[in-house]
Amino acid sequence: MAVVSTIRAIGHRIVNMVWRIGVAARFFFLTLRYSGTSFSRFHLIIKELFSTGVMSLIIIVVAGLFVGMVLGLQGYETLKRYGSESALGVMVALGLVRELGPVMAALLFASRAGSSMTAEIGLMKATEQISAMEMMAVNPIARIVAPRFWAGVISMPLLAALFSAVGIFGGYLVGVVQIGVDEGSFWSQMQAAVDFREDIMNGVIKSFVFGTVVTVIALFEGFDAPPTAEGVSGATTRTVVTSSLAILMLDFVLTAIMFRGA
Amino acid sequence: MERTTLDLWVGMFVVAGAAALVMLAMKVGNLGTYNVSETYQVHAYFSNIGGLKPKASIRSAGVLVGRVTSISLDTEKYEANVVMNIDKRYAFPKDTFANILTSGLLGEQYIGLMPGGETDMLKDGGLISQTQSAMVLEDLIGKFMYSKAAEAAK
Repeated sequence: MAVVSTIRAIGHRIVNMVWRIGVAARFFFLTLRYSGTSFSRFHLIIKELFSTGVMSLIIIVVAGLFVGMVLGLQGYETLKRYGSESALGVMVALGLVRELGPVMAALLFASRAGSSMTAEIGLMKATEQISAMEMMAVNPIARIVAPRFWAGVISMPLLAALFSAVGIFGGYLVGVVQIGVDEGSFWSQMQAAVDFREDIMNGVIKSFVFGTVVTVIALFEGFDAPPTAEGVSGATTRTVVTSSLAILMLDFVLTAIMFRGA
Repeated sequence: MERTTLDLWVGMFVVAGAAALVMLAMKVGNLGTYNVSETYQVHAYFSNIGGLKPKASIRSAGVLVGRVTSISLDTEKYEANVVMNIDKRYAFPKDTFANILTSGLLGEQYIGLMPGGETDMLKDGGLISQTQSAMVLEDLIGKFMYSKAAEAAK
């Protein structure tokens, strides 16, 4: 009988997961549908841009600087063996613009801004603010969810671009200023190898996709959280775990589509 | 409209993000070196292009004058048809010699143009008839070993 109940439990979890995905998709479309109202009240989006974008600036800039510096150091150690230290700029720039910029910025964004979104909305639900809004005929999706969604979607590419730019500067600091790689070849080889459309725009598209996915997961988990202290904390954890996994898996898929055979 | 400090911060954030993108495009990427629509197209047949790829550079006297746009196999001649875009500022004579060269021993391959003496210039859609194929390392090693063996047999 233990076998049957285990299988039943697994089946129940899978069905539950599919159910949640369906509800999340419906939630996403509702958010898009009520976006028009939130764009007409743009100050709501500005307010959310401040709490998601501006407040994430410091962690993004500091993390980007250190990731770039580590890339510069590790890249130099490896490239030195083949006598091609001058390709350090290419390595740092391509690594950041294609992968690390969008992915690391999205991971940081998920844990910094996504978790707080979930906690905020979950708590609003627990304290029945959302029901109160519905009572006053205010659509909570248009008033609460849509501005946060658009703030996340707008700020993610900007944060990723900042991460890459600061990271390249970090690589420059370690590679050129500290170790002494030739500055001219650092920048010129980088410019020769990095393509605007192929590399930079694909990175922007990636971060745009990650921004959409992370904010939708964060908002949905918050909206779907059981209205208890335990429920909100569980939802916050799920936001970080699910969105981190989603970012890494989507990154593989997007990379396979964008850079195959390039 | 009272939330001015908030607007200021968000404005600064957006400007910083946009500036980072522009910096990536100009300083890191190749957008700063692009010349949009100021190019003309010529093509050339090579019997072997080696490792030449689309977007490889075209240089004359070491100066970047254009980029390879596409490479395809011409099934009538069974030779590679390489289409290249060359900057309008640089005109080349009709008897220009196109050569596939390698930067460094194992570096990337590019096309070197050696201008001839003719007064007629290449036009858009023109053909560079004098070409030299890529130097393939395996062929070279093969030739070297063959000549060594021939020497030893003597």
